[in-house]
Amino acid sequence: MKSLNDKKHMSGTTFLLIITIGLFVVMYAAGMIAFAEGGFAKPQMFLNLFISNAGLIVIACGLTLVMITGGIDISVGSVTALVCMAVAYQMEVKQMSAYGAIFIALGIGLLFGIVQGFLVAYLDIQPFIVTLAGLFLGRGLTSLISTEMISIKNEVFLSWAKYKIFLPFGSVNKKGIFQPAYIYPTVIIAILVVVGMVIILRYTKFGRRVYAVGGNQQSAMMMGLNVRRTKMQAYVLNGFLVGLGGFLFGLNSCAGFVEQAKWLEMDAISSAVIGGTLLTGGVGNPIGTLFGVLIKGTISSLITTQGTLSSWWVRIALSALLCFFIVLQSIIVSRNRKTR
Amino acid sequence: MPMADNGKLHLKKITEHHLFLPLVCLAVVLLANVIKTPNFFQVSINNGILYGYVVDVVNRSSELVILAVGMTLVTAASGGQDISVGSVMAVAGAVCCQVLSGGQVSVNSFQNPLPLAVLAALAAAALCGAFNGLLVSKINIPPMVATLILYTAGRGIAQLVTNGQITYVRVEAYKLAGGYLPGCPVPTPVFFAVGIVVLVSIIMKTTTLRLYIESVGINGSASRLVGLNSTRIKFISYVICGLLAGVAGIVASSRIYSADANNIGIYLEMDAILAVALGGNLLGGGKFSLAGSVIGAFTIQALTTTLYAMNVAADQLPVYKAIVVIIIVTLQSPVFRRFITAKLPAGRKPLTPAESEGEMQL
Repeated sequence: MKSLNDKKHMSGTTFLLIITIGLFVVMYAAGMIAFAEGGFAKPQMFLNLFISNAGLIVIACGLTLVMITGGIDISVGSVTALVCMAVAYQMEVKQMSAYGAIFIALGIGLLFGIVQGFLVAYLDIQPFIVTLAGLFLGRGLTSLISTEMISIKNEVFLSWAKYKIFLPFGSVNKKGIFQPAYIYPTVIIAILVVVGMVIILRYTKFGRRVYAVGGNQQSAMMMGLNVRRTKMQAYVLNGFLVGLGGFLFGLNSCAGFVEQAKWLEMDAISSAVIGGTLLTGGVGNPIGTLFGVLIKGTISSLITTQGTLSSWWVRIALSALLCFFIVLQSIIVSRNRKTR
Repeated sequence: MPMADNGKLHLKKITEHHLFLPLVCLAVVLLANVIKTPNFFQVSINNGILYGYVVDVVNRSSELVILAVGMTLVTAASGGQDISVGSVMAVAGAVCCQVLSGGQVSVNSFQNPLPLAVLAALAAAALCGAFNGLLVSKINIPPMVATLILYTAGRGIAQLVTNGQITYVRVEAYKLAGGYLPGCPVPTPVFFAVGIVVLVSIIMKTTTLRLYIESVGINGSASRLVGLNSTRIKFISYVICGLLAGVAGIVASSRIYSADANNIGIYLEMDAILAVALGGNLLGGGKFSLAGSVIGAFTIQALTTTLYAMNVAADQLPVYKAIVVIIIVTLQSPVFRRFITAKLPAGRKPLTPAESEGEMQL
């Protein structure tokens, strides 16, 4: 039996992943039972989790990569706000085409990734401090562009944002008319990114280097791996994904404003942690992160559907969940150390 | 030439003193201020109250000084920063105002005695600190990640305490902590800041806590091997930090005689970390200087005042501060220091204590 042989392996990472997926299924099932009237039973409700969190999925995948190297990036929320604002400003004020805006978005993300990666990898500065500065820089630059909200009215951009892809299944509404379920192109991009990250992390040399560096930096260095370059590459790829995720976020909101994507870094970090990424590095999986994002989405839709609870409960519930998973991880890690 | 040598030695002593760089930073900012506004150091008394830019800087920096003291201890003991202090301030302010108002949105008289409210607020803040301390010291979670939980949840908790409203306590006695004592020209927050700094300095001077914190920060496992309870020392430093954040929160809420959970202490965690770094303390833990952090706090407040005077909008302040942080941490990084030392003629510059500590960490 394979499962018996894998038992030791199972005790660590797979165990966390199974808990995460199980938690998601239980929460969603509870939602379907408690709020069947609120539309939880409809397939569209499930797809909405992807639609409203497409940007977050991409960003959380990038963050997972950085966290596997043992680093962290808390600037993602501000950079997302900056990307949305810059895209909106370029298209609405400077009349740039929507295609050019994509390059602006990716460029900003890459720039942040390169600078932060350099400071972390080559100057040995704590990643948290560097990205904390990035967090404030991003938010400040956003308000430097404009303190007013800019709505995006570019036709090409809106046609991307509103392009519905209908699926062959759906639900029947109260009048008995069949309504096909739909998704936006952003969802397809987000899923492609998750698949791409799984392939990169599992089957490329770069991916294996990332795990080696995060698992034990000293050993990785002694094995002859270029630790600094691996970290740098991870941050640059993360920056690229934040740029892309920020653009998807903009497609979802169709506006740029200073307070946008506030707490997004927290959502991304908690998604990754809930999805089984170890804060100490070396362990993590984009699939788990995807489920982490879905759990976060389920919590917020449960609280919005419930109606009477204040939106602050989303934050508190998410923090409590994050706390629970951090403690769980630490127990698993210390148990592994003892059995070793 | 014994005389010249002596002079050189003195100069070297001065430049290598751990407060030299922080003081230079402060001097640069103040100089920029004097050039920009010639009446910067002018202090006048109107209606028995001190007025002037300097007074404003000192007054406004009070909360920051209090936070910086706590942040210094946490940084020294655990090698990480507590980013939840701003949220803990909001919690403390919310608890204090809520107890005083007895659950109403706006009151003109205390519904509960003031000491009870202050104690409740400090207890809540210390509890937050204890939660952080537990995660960091017992469960060994990286400090910044552990405090991230309260950083986001804290303001939510404060909102729940005040039922999502801004609670106003329109009582003269409550405004004292953030305003002026009758017949005293100096703003009260300054007394709080001075009191906290003096109190903590006395504790550090008279007890062994300073030595313990430094040794745990320099090498936690070695300290444990020589018999120090490093878990408990880290825990204590987080509780102190939480408690001080509570004091700062009460002062901040007294200034606006209300509990504004969304805005009390916002972005102050960044300023506090910056103050610690500017004060010449290593962000990686170990030896610390409270005086340095206090000077750092004044520098930042002076910088903020300068930027405001230059008509920089409040939203854009973070840009400049972030740039200052990046420059400071780059200068502090061991790699950069080694690069600079390598560029200088060999043998001219021995390793300073800070550098040798950096080496030790590697």
